[in-house]
Amino acid sequence: MKKNILELHEVSMFYGQVKALQNITFNVREGEWLAIMGSSGSGKTTLMNIIGCLNKATHGAVFLDGEKISRLNARDLTVIRRDKIGLIFQQFHLISYLTAVENVMIAQYYHSMADEKEALAALERVGLGHRGRHLPRQLSGGEQQRLCIARALINHPRLILADEPTGNLDEANQNTVMDIFHQLHKQGSTIVVVTHSPDVAAHAQRIVYLEFGRMVKDVQNAHPHGRAGAPAEAGR
Amino acid sequence: MSRQKMYLKIILSSLMRRRSRMMVALLAVAIGATVFLGMGAVYYDIPRQMGREFRSYGANMILVSSGADSAMRLADARRAEALIPSEKLVGATPFRYETMYYNMQGLTVVGTDMDAVRKTSPYWRIQGEWPRGENQILLGTDIAENARIYAGTSIVLDIVPEKGRKFKKEFRVSGIVRSGGAEDGFVLMPMQTLESLLGNPGRASVVEMSVAADSAELERLSETIRSEIPEVTPRLVKRLMNSEAAVLGKLQVLVYLVTAVVLFLTMICVGTTMMTVVMERRKEIGLKKAIGAENRSIISEFMGEGLVLACIGGLLGLVAGYFFAQAVSMSVFERGVSLPFFLVWLTLLASLVVTVLASLIPVARATDVEPSLVLRGE
Repeated sequence: MKKNILELHEVSMFYGQVKALQNITFNVREGEWLAIMGSSGSGKTTLMNIIGCLNKATHGAVFLDGEKISRLNARDLTVIRRDKIGLIFQQFHLISYLTAVENVMIAQYYHSMADEKEALAALERVGLGHRGRHLPRQLSGGEQQRLCIARALINHPRLILADEPTGNLDEANQNTVMDIFHQLHKQGSTIVVVTHSPDVAAHAQRIVYLEFGRMVKDVQNAHPHGRAGAPAEAGR
Repeated sequence: MSRQKMYLKIILSSLMRRRSRMMVALLAVAIGATVFLGMGAVYYDIPRQMGREFRSYGANMILVSSGADSAMRLADARRAEALIPSEKLVGATPFRYETMYYNMQGLTVVGTDMDAVRKTSPYWRIQGEWPRGENQILLGTDIAENARIYAGTSIVLDIVPEKGRKFKKEFRVSGIVRSGGAEDGFVLMPMQTLESLLGNPGRASVVEMSVAADSAELERLSETIRSEIPEVTPRLVKRLMNSEAAVLGKLQVLVYLVTAVVLFLTMICVGTTMMTVVMERRKEIGLKKAIGAENRSIISEFMGEGLVLACIGGLLGLVAGYFFAQAVSMSVFERGVSLPFFLVWLTLLASLVVTVLASLIPVARATDVEPSLVLRGE
């Protein structure tokens, strides 16, 4: 049995009187593809912030790769993010004044050493080998998202965390991005995708449903990759 | 790619991307550096420039004999002059005071070097001409008015030498001198003429020296002469020195204040621009933090951008400042200003310090940006 990469125990997040998350508990195993689903205001982004070490939970414990991250200070969380997490954003968040390859290299730069060859290889993996010298504004939405994925992968993260990765893409680009996710999953990457889209969630092996800050369902997808059938319920 | 190369790539690309906004900060630094260098050069040069201006008010050091004899040997005075750096010595004029008679009335006759006295006493006003020959003299305006003698006429003086008989000699009054001082009551003639009439050559009652130096240096030179040439005693014209020091001090304070105000305004302008840039780039900062940038990376990138601005602005300011200093000096002192090399480095250093200080608050704000910002879509 594969070990847990991510463990959440009774995680809650309060903003004053507002309970954004309450008693969230689930694990993610190494190599697993998990989707976190929920409508707007369900606490998806708050949960992603906590898993992605961008925020700390008010209560509960979070373990990433066996390390308790829920009580780390901001600097240590930065180190965890840099070394273990690859973040993919709905709005891409690329640095406008750097070329595609430099946008990948900047993640290497903050991690250790910028390596142009390695960055170009990462772009090649997502089908952007020929666009390395282009600025983000010269790329289509789908290409920008693939660039964002290349940047997330460059430091070989233990966990790929994607926030609505296809939210700003048309269907063709959505399929391209999901194909890349499938390739990554096949190569053994652990993926957590936060989405409100059932189509995107259907690609995952397992889906966690959130409603009003509570986890209401944790189901195994009997037919992942969205090929056929509805997700089947699974125990936590 | 090395870390340094990537770092340079990040900050230079960022600056180029926002060049229109950064141009404001660049201009502010350049103007600050221009004023700093310009005012610095003038500040540094004021004592030299004003010192020369003050030399037109007459001698500021007087040599007298140290012994019981009221006259000193001119050779001793020359040795004392040699102790003063030639570039600082505006002029040195010997004066020998004797008595002659005109219509039975005693007059103070002064033998002097007519060329040298023009340098040490440029404020003398001559009606007529300076003496050109041995029998030509200048007459003080008081004597001329009392005796109704005019430039171009002749007078006969009775001369009583130390040894020998009294005799008469006719002189041509080449000009009437007006100085506003004791000279208005003197008869002035070339030293050689006086010496040929009265003998005892190579002696002077006083030697007036005009030295382009501040009061501290004058004191130092005076001490040197006192110790090296005991035969003469240097005396400083305190009244002139004090007023010179007071004017210089006030001018330097004024320059200092103007420079400080301009640097402060530069700091405000750079700080405001940097703060705007930080606010505009909150999302980018959040992203960088989200993908692993530590605060020190954020600080070094913003400071790096600031330092590049400071260097470019400083270099532009050096060029503009040189011309600014020349323009100020030409319009105020009517001569060019010399630019000491250390001011170049000081200007660059001031540009860097002002930019770093101005960037402190904006950079602190940048480190406060939360990485979760990028996920909130703010």
